[in-house]
Amino acid sequence: MASTVKQCITLKGSAAIVAEFFNYGINSILYQRGIYPPETFTHQQQYGLTLLVTTNDELLKYLKAVIGQVKDWLNELIVQKLVLVIKRVDTNEVVERWQFDIQCDKTANETTKRDKTEKEVKEEIKSIIRQITATVTFLPLLEAVCSFDILIYTDKDAEVPTNWGESGPHFIANSEEVRLRSFTTTIHKVDAMVAFKKTD
Amino acid sequence: MAQFKLEDEMKSVLKMDAPLTHGPQMKWQRKSVDNGNLSMNSSAANGSLLASSKTPMKFSNQPAASQAKTPSSQETGRKTPKSAGAHKTPSKGSKTPKKTPLKAADRFIPNRTTTQFDVSHFKLTREIQQENDPQEMLSPSQVEYQRVMSDNLNGDRLSHRIISYKEKAPSAPEGHQGNLRVLYSTTKTPASAKKTVRHIPQVPERILDAPDILDDYYLNLLDWSINNQLAVCLGGSVYLWNASSGEITQLCQMDGPEEYIGAVAWIKEGNYLAVGTSSGEVQLWDVAQQKRLRNMTGHSARVGSLSWNSYILSSGSRSGNIHHHDVRVAEHHVGTLSAHSQEVCGVRWSPDGKYLASGANDNLLCVWPAQTSVGNASQPLHTFTEHQAAVKALSWCPWQPSLLASGGGTADRHIRFWNCNTGSNLSNVDTKSQVCSILWSKEHRELISSHGFAQNQLIIWKYPSMSKVAELTGHTARVLHMAMSPDGETVVSAGADETLRLWKCFMVDKETKKTKSKSVGKEPGSTLRTMIR
Repeated sequence: MASTVKQCITLKGSAAIVAEFFNYGINSILYQRGIYPPETFTHQQQYGLTLLVTTNDELLKYLKAVIGQVKDWLNELIVQKLVLVIKRVDTNEVVERWQFDIQCDKTANETTKRDKTEKEVKEEIKSIIRQITATVTFLPLLEAVCSFDILIYTDKDAEVPTNWGESGPHFIANSEEVRLRSFTTTIHKVDAMVAFKKTD
Repeated sequence: MAQFKLEDEMKSVLKMDAPLTHGPQMKWQRKSVDNGNLSMNSSAANGSLLASSKTPMKFSNQPAASQAKTPSSQETGRKTPKSAGAHKTPSKGSKTPKKTPLKAADRFIPNRTTTQFDVSHFKLTREIQQENDPQEMLSPSQVEYQRVMSDNLNGDRLSHRIISYKEKAPSAPEGHQGNLRVLYSTTKTPASAKKTVRHIPQVPERILDAPDILDDYYLNLLDWSINNQLAVCLGGSVYLWNASSGEITQLCQMDGPEEYIGAVAWIKEGNYLAVGTSSGEVQLWDVAQQKRLRNMTGHSARVGSLSWNSYILSSGSRSGNIHHHDVRVAEHHVGTLSAHSQEVCGVRWSPDGKYLASGANDNLLCVWPAQTSVGNASQPLHTFTEHQAAVKALSWCPWQPSLLASGGGTADRHIRFWNCNTGSNLSNVDTKSQVCSILWSKEHRELISSHGFAQNQLIIWKYPSMSKVAELTGHTARVLHMAMSPDGETVVSAGADETLRLWKCFMVDKETKKTKSKSVGKEPGSTLRTMIR
């Protein structure tokens, strides 16, 4: 490290890292939980892992739009949560809720530079993605056809584009929660958590 | 007396819950009350008399005086009508008329005798009724409390907005669901799923010529031995085709030009072949020597069906009789079964040798018990009359003893399943075509049936669901006979189009076979290890 150019994280870079994490994280969840057929996913090397990313054009378009917007808001430090909700198609019942709490360091601005290498952050991200993969072992089997939705919690005063609409929190009644690891870029801190319907 | 006291006391206590009637009065109110009291002292005194007695505790420091000063008779006389009239004034802090009002109305217990509690209470409660909006009734602290509570309940909803992209993600393709099921299910589901995807070749592995094969529904001209030799009757001669080497030998030929062979059946060991002829003879041939060992006569008409049970050979004839031949002894004819009135076209012993099934042109299917059938049993164990045509196709299930499948001819077209222990019909399936032959698979939970018009096909069915696994077409005329190879993988079908077709339709999964052979191979090793120890 000493001989190389000292790496640091800027606000813009931090937002990019977090947005990239969301992209791979959401793709992993969609693959692992079988929301889309596995044959529509392709392998990609990322974070030193082989991850599966969708090849469905419509889905790609949707994710690009959502994550692009989230990235902008990350830059503005006004995102509080990103929630991936898995619902049954037939009853619209929420069966799984992946919550990513984002704590933004409000003091950060364009000139901030933090001493943390990208490599370190990516190591932390890697362990979260691994945990997402491992959750398949304890999450209940999704019996019915399911769809997903992404909710964003923003600050109250955030300006919202017209193609975004207000939504409910989509909580699960009688749920069990498992906290996953977290990672921080020192500007954005992301805590992961999954809630699922208690099986009794 | 006492009960009235108690009643009034109760009333006053209950009254305490009512809003504001008991609250301390404002200073100016007290003043006015006191002033009023001074002026109207005498009139108000009457009303207050009972009140003093109602709450004796409060006046513990001055009871003696007040009690003594008020005559008890007067008190009771007043009290009764008041309680009856439901005068609810809970005037606690009253005083006796002789006391000075200022003394009684101290800081905490104001003089209320002159206040119009009735009116004020009425007015207050009316006000509450009118102001139905609860929000306006709440104090700021209550509002704050409500806000905090709702925050707690709703997960501080007010501090952020929850939004989602209006354009929703595309839905998963139709029919896609739960590919993770494989991961979770520990049952046999994956194995059976594997079976259904088993590849069944749609074309025969081999086609052999069978010139002059008789197109007669009532005969059984094909059998495959345990030694992998296929016996085929072509007119008056029997040919053996060695399936492993492809070698063809002619075993025998009838003497007369009009004579033909109606049935062949291999003994279980595979070294002898039973041959039934048009003249009613049942012959026994040694295959290795290519010599006829016995010629057993007895039938009055042609023999069209044969089946072995150990050393007993059962033969069905056009006469309707079934003869049991003990091939070891000179007096071979050991039994006759005569329940059928027309030509017997199918006889089949169950794998455990307990039952003999026989089908005939009289549309009857009979099941005979082994013990009594050797001898002169006149009555079959079961007689099934459900078939509407000749019953030729008969097959016993290899994995479920006493389960029999039978198929009817052109007028019937059904495959029927029977439990021969109970004599019950288990299920029926309409095949839409004449059923010529049925074979159960040894490896899979399936059976194959051969058919005539219109498609001349072979159908593989799943049992017990009886869903079609595959249909094998290729024959250009009805498929009269079928036989299965000793390994259970190949089925040979003989059609009236003078061809034999070999279908590799019951292929054994190589992996399961491997594990089987491995486990077999392991055993000596493990014993060896125990020996070393």
